[in-house]
Order: sequence, then structure tokens, then C-alpha cells
Amino acid sequence: MMDEETLTLFRAEAGALVESLETSLLALKDRPNDRELIDSAFRDLHTLKGTGAMFGRADVASFLHDFETAFDRVRDGSMAVTPELVALSLSARDHVADLLRAGEPVAQDPAGQEILARLAALTDGAVPAPSAGPGPEPQGAWQVSFTLPPDTLALGGRPELVLEELRRIGARRIRARVAGIPPLEEIDPENLYLSWVAEIDASVTEDEIRGAFLFHEDGLDLRIEPPAPPSDGETSAAGPPEPKPALAPQRGTSLMRVPAERLDEMMDRVGELVIAEARLADLAARSRDPALMSVAEDIQRLATGMRDNTMSIRMTPIGAITPRFRRLVHDVSADLGKPLTLDLRGEETELDKTVIDRLTDPLMHLIRNAADHGLENTETRRALGKPETGRITLSAGYSGAEVLVTLSDDGGGIDRSRVRARAIERGLIPESVPENDEGLLKLIFEPGFSTAETVTKLSGRGVGMDVVRRSIEELRGTIDVASEAGRGTTITLRLPLTLAIIDGLLIEIGSERFVVPLAAVDEIVELPERHRDGESGNAFLDIRTSLVPFLRLRSLLRATGDPDPHQKVVIVTSGDDRIGLVVDRIVGNHQTVIKQLSPLHSGLKSFSGATLLGDGAVALILDVPNLVARGRGLAEETVEAA
Amino acid sequence: MTQEGINDQAPATRNVVTFDLCGEVLAVPASQLREVLEPVRVTRVPGAPPFVAELVNVRGAVVPLADLRVPLKMPPGADGPEARILVLEIPLDGQEMVVGIRADTVHEVTRIGPADLEEIPTVGSRWPPRFVAAIGRWRGHFVTLPDLAAIFADFLAGPPGRAPSAGSSGLAPEPETT
Repeated sequence: MMDEETLTLFRAEAGALVESLETSLLALKDRPNDRELIDSAFRDLHTLKGTGAMFGRADVASFLHDFETAFDRVRDGSMAVTPELVALSLSARDHVADLLRAGEPVAQDPAGQEILARLAALTDGAVPAPSAGPGPEPQGAWQVSFTLPPDTLALGGRPELVLEELRRIGARRIRARVAGIPPLEEIDPENLYLSWVAEIDASVTEDEIRGAFLFHEDGLDLRIEPPAPPSDGETSAAGPPEPKPALAPQRGTSLMRVPAERLDEMMDRVGELVIAEARLADLAARSRDPALMSVAEDIQRLATGMRDNTMSIRMTPIGAITPRFRRLVHDVSADLGKPLTLDLRGEETELDKTVIDRLTDPLMHLIRNAADHGLENTETRRALGKPETGRITLSAGYSGAEVLVTLSDDGGGIDRSRVRARAIERGLIPESVPENDEGLLKLIFEPGFSTAETVTKLSGRGVGMDVVRRSIEELRGTIDVASEAGRGTTITLRLPLTLAIIDGLLIEIGSERFVVPLAAVDEIVELPERHRDGESGNAFLDIRTSLVPFLRLRSLLRATGDPDPHQKVVIVTSGDDRIGLVVDRIVGNHQTVIKQLSPLHSGLKSFSGATLLGDGAVALILDVPNLVARGRGLAEETVEAA
Repeated sequence: MTQEGINDQAPATRNVVTFDLCGEVLAVPASQLREVLEPVRVTRVPGAPPFVAELVNVRGAVVPLADLRVPLKMPPGADGPEARILVLEIPLDGQEMVVGIRADTVHEVTRIGPADLEEIPTVGSRWPPRFVAAIGRWRGHFVTLPDLAAIFADFLAGPPGRAPSAGSSGLAPEPETT
């Protein structure tokens, strides 16, 4: 039996392969003639089978054998990628995931047998892929281009042996690319600047070609283009090639697999380091000892570098979770009998690993909702003159220190009158609220609210948008909804880049200090004279022709003591709204290690957490979106009263 | 909810820490005690109920500081020269929660055996009986073992308007506990 460590390694590898396979399969559904995808699916099947066999999972290996064979036929063009093949391969992929979850080899596998029987039926009636051209006889040549790592020579590698081997197996023409050679004075004789392009006889197999690079696999950038079929009308008619999703880490970069907990631990340590550094800086400043202050500055620089580095290690592209969404849309489309497409944009946008992990469920829920409630059924769409295929678009992008994730559909939009009726029925709003009320749509995020007329298997479970909102708020994010009747709904999530350490602005009210997340701060202005003694406290500031409501934190937080004669207003933004926060003094920037509040305080909405200051005191972090929402409420009240 | 072992059917001899609060002697199980702190700088939490109105830094962790005078209906008082903070680990919802509690003075770790325990009087007690785990005797004084787990669980589950999950106005002054 395998020891625990080997087992963990196997699980991790097999898990990654299963996911990568799913990505390729789903992409293949849309681009059935994409060689790269076919190769990638084959490669994953092949490696998965090999890994399974190596780790004693003969059941996985033997189950996958037939699929490997099928994809080999797809590769050589004797079989086409059909939606049935993709669907069947996806269920095979799920079956393998199940087998792996079992942990032990499975002796009897009726489910697997059934999938294989369906595969056999499919392959017997298979037709050759259209792109394979009139006949299977390969013409032309493999186009192989490769780059060896620059330190190959320094490490004793001999590229000429690779060239010799390529010639031996049937390379017709080998050219060196010289564009990478720098000017003479910059040349390092031990560095390899050349890369090569070779044409290799089509009768040679890809494995043979790869074999030539056996001793140079580390850092090798190898691109193999299959022999071109004589005519390729089918694929070229498909229009310009779409940008391809990143399927596998780029070859040439060496990667390392690290358990996520170690990264969490590392982040904790960095948090402690940043706090200790703040204490040191505080002590150094008090001591007025120049030598100590200079060391403290060095440590500060290092700690900041360490923080940025650690956070960048933790950054994960949102593309890491999108395969699940593709799969979900595929499955939901089949379940509901609605043709659907999922458009993904900005998959390269990165967020902290924890944020990404905790974003998956809410997004799954939103996508399911869009597919189920948002998009009309096919007949309705046809009647409305809309394309029959419903479109769901998930896009991500940066906006300052936040990431915006929007999910939109081109469905019927949210029915405001139904939202209003339901909200009144549930006692969420009084009947006096008009139908064009701004805040009406937001009611869908209230607990227990659900407008679907029929409870469906997919999304009508009574819990819903309120759970989504809570999950997003737990990530210190906000959620917003916009909808246009007949045109669709857009849900916008704003998320912080990280949950661990932020840049903060330390402010003082009375003798108490608080942190405002710097990313939310627009500017700081002096409180105008005429507002200085305002007791009732709240009014508007005229900032470059726009009126900004402001809150006196002093009264909001029930601070004691007299206000500073020169109070400042910190202008903060959340979403599209700006408000001013009146404070006594600005202390300065503060590296803020966020500590969650205990359950005893987690209900206090004005604070998103706490942090430690250089002198060891605890400071609370103000929750800007919450304060802005109050400022907005205040503005509305004032307008109504006027 | 009860503190582990203290009012079991056959209570074993337990190590407890005795301390004074508002002229009364209280005790908590020594197994729950992490450390005793000298008074340190505390941070007020605006809007928090008086029972847990402050935060304190305990070796890099932000820990809520509770004042048992509130649930035990003792008059509020200022810190004396002997004042200490007991940092405790209290089981709550299946997890250990670290909290600090204020004490006027901390005496010692002592053993309280079954013979030292008294019946909890059902009437005449100033304190809500569900907050008292046991009453014992120590150096000729009555010593009360408050049921901290019950006190905190009660606070978290508390009636609307007092529980921290109550409503959106976390900044509004909360009514007094109990």
C-alpha cells in the first residue's frame, strides 16, 4: 500500500490532470478542430493513465485505455470530435474523479463498463474529422521549433547532439534562429542565444520527436506543429483564431507545487513581521538614535518587500476556477434544455488565493441563477427575436486596489413590479415605495427573498442571493445589481485584492486611533470653518463643484474630548459614491495587518476588523462601504427633508 | 452549558484560579487560564455592548476584553492598583475562544475538592443562577465559579437588540446586558 505522502502526491497530480482534461474537453466542444486542444486532451488522458498505473490504480488505467485510443484516432484524423464524444468524455472524466475519490482500486466497476460500452458504440460509427482532409496519408512535415534554456551550455549540455538526433530520425531542414543574439560586447560565451526550427518528415511520430529532447526537458520550450493537411478549408472558415485559454503552464518556466497551508502560514509570519517592524520603528523613532533608526528603516524596507512578495505568491488568476463555471453552464444547459454559452473575460485577473477559493460558490450560484431565472427559454427568445443561445458573460478586471467581477446575462431582466410585490408581501418595504425606487432591485439580496415562480431543482431553494451577498461581504466585498427589462441583468462584485495586509491611513479622533483602508481614500481636505461647530453634525461639502455628504466620526463613534481646531475630512469612495469622514488628525500611513474580530464583535458593521499599531495598541479598521452607505442614506434624508 | 467537570455528577478535585471582583471572590478553572496580564492599553469598541466593550493585544492577537461585572450585575468600577486581566480559553460553539476578563486582584491557583462545594442556592442569590457553575469555600470565603461558557453563549444568542448580530446599526448604543 502507498504511504500517505505518495498518496497525497498522486492525488494532487491526478486531480490537476483531471481538471486540465475537463478544461480541454469543454473548449473542444466549441472548437472541435483545434489540434492543440485535441493533443492536450490526449496528453492528459495518456499521463493520467500512466500515473494511475504507476500508483497502483489499475482500475483507472484500464478504464482510460479506451478513451486514450479514441483520442488517438481523433488525433490521426480518423475520428471527429462530436458533442457526443465530448459529453461522454466528460462523464468519463467525472467517473475517474469518482474512482480517485474512492482511494482504493475498485474491482467491480459497472458504471465504468457502461461508459465504455457507449464509447465503443460511438467509435464504431465514427466519421473522420473534416479537417483531416480527403485521406489519412500524411503529407508535408512536422514543424518543430525549440529553445533550450540559456544556461544549457554552462551546465554542460550539448545542443549539437539534439540536432544530430533530429537529423537521424528524419529532419529535412534545420535552421537556427539568430534573432536572440545580442551585440558582440554583451555576449556571454556561456550563454545559449540560438534557437532552432526544424522540418521533420511526416512519417515520424510525435513521440519520436519528443524523444530527441530526452536530456533537455528542464526548461525546454518545444513547439511541435503537426504536418499540415493538404487543404484546410474547414478550420480556416471558422474565422480568426480565438485567443486560446492558458491550458498548461508555459513550458520553460519551472514550477513548484506547494501545499496551500504553507502559504497561509507564510502570510501569518509576514503579518507578525510587519507588526514587529512597526514596533521597532516606533522604538527607533523614540530613541532618536540614528544608527537604530537606519536599521529600522532597512527592516521596514525588507518587511514591505517580503509582504509584497508573499502576497504576489498567493495571487491566483481567476482562470483557476473558471473551468468549473464552463462545466456548470454545460451541465445546466443540458438539464434545462436551453442552449447557453459562457463568455469569459479577464481570466488572467488575479486575486488572493483565499478570495478566489471563497468566490467559487457564490459565482456558481449566480451563474446557475442567471441560467435558470435570468435567461428566457428558447421559445420565448425566438419570439422576442433574440438569438436562441442565451449568453452569460463573466468578466473580471482591476479597478484601483479592488477587483471588479461582473456577471451579466442577455435574458429578460429582473421584473421590478414582481420584486416590489414580493418585498411588500414579505414586509421588507412599506407599500408607499414607488416602482421606480433606486433601491428596489437590491431587495433581492435580502434574506428569504426569491421571485422564481416555480421552485426548480437548480436554484429555487429559498436560500439564494442573501447567502451570496453574505459570502461576498465576508470577503470585505460588495455586491450590486443592475437590470434592464428585456435586455438582461448585471451583477457586479467588488472585491479587495487581499484579505491579509492592506495599506491603511491611520487617523485620530479624540485620543483614539482608527484605520481607514488607503485604497478607499480619494483625498483629504481641511474641514471648512463654517462646518466646524456643527452639532447636529451632518451636511455637504462642496468639493470641486460636487456635493459630498460628510459624517462626523466623532459623534458617530461617540468619542469624548474636544474636537481638534483643525479637523480634517477624509474623502472615501465605495462603488460610485463618495462621502467625507470628519476626523481630528491624520497620523499617517500604516501597514495594516487585518485581524478578524471575534464572534463577540463580528456583528458591528462599522468595523471590518482590527489591527495592531507600532506601540502595541489595538486599532479598529473602519468599514468604508458601510459608512458610505450610511452617508448615502443621510444624503437622501436631507434631500427629502429639503 | 457547563464548565467541564465542575458540576458533574462526581466532581473531581479541580485546580482553579481565585480572584476578586467587586468585593466578591470568584474562580475559574486553571485549565482555562492562558496567562495573567498587568493592565495594558485597551481599545474601546464604539457601539459594542458594555459586557465586551474593549479589545486588548495579547501577544499579537486581538482579544476581546469582557467585564463580568455586567452579567453578574455588579456595579461598574475603575481599575485599582492590583487590577489584572485574565486571558482565558473558553469553549464556545465547539471552538476555543480566547477572551480576557477583568479582575480587581488575582490570588492564587488552588484546589477545590468535592468537599469544598456548596449547594447553589435557588433563591436569595444576587446572580442569575444559570451563570453560576458552582459555589465553594476557600480560606473561609465563599467563592463563586461563574459558568463562563454559559455567559458568553447567552450573550451571543441573546435577545434582539443585544446580540451582536442585531440589525444594521452596530454603532447605536446597545441596551445594558441582563
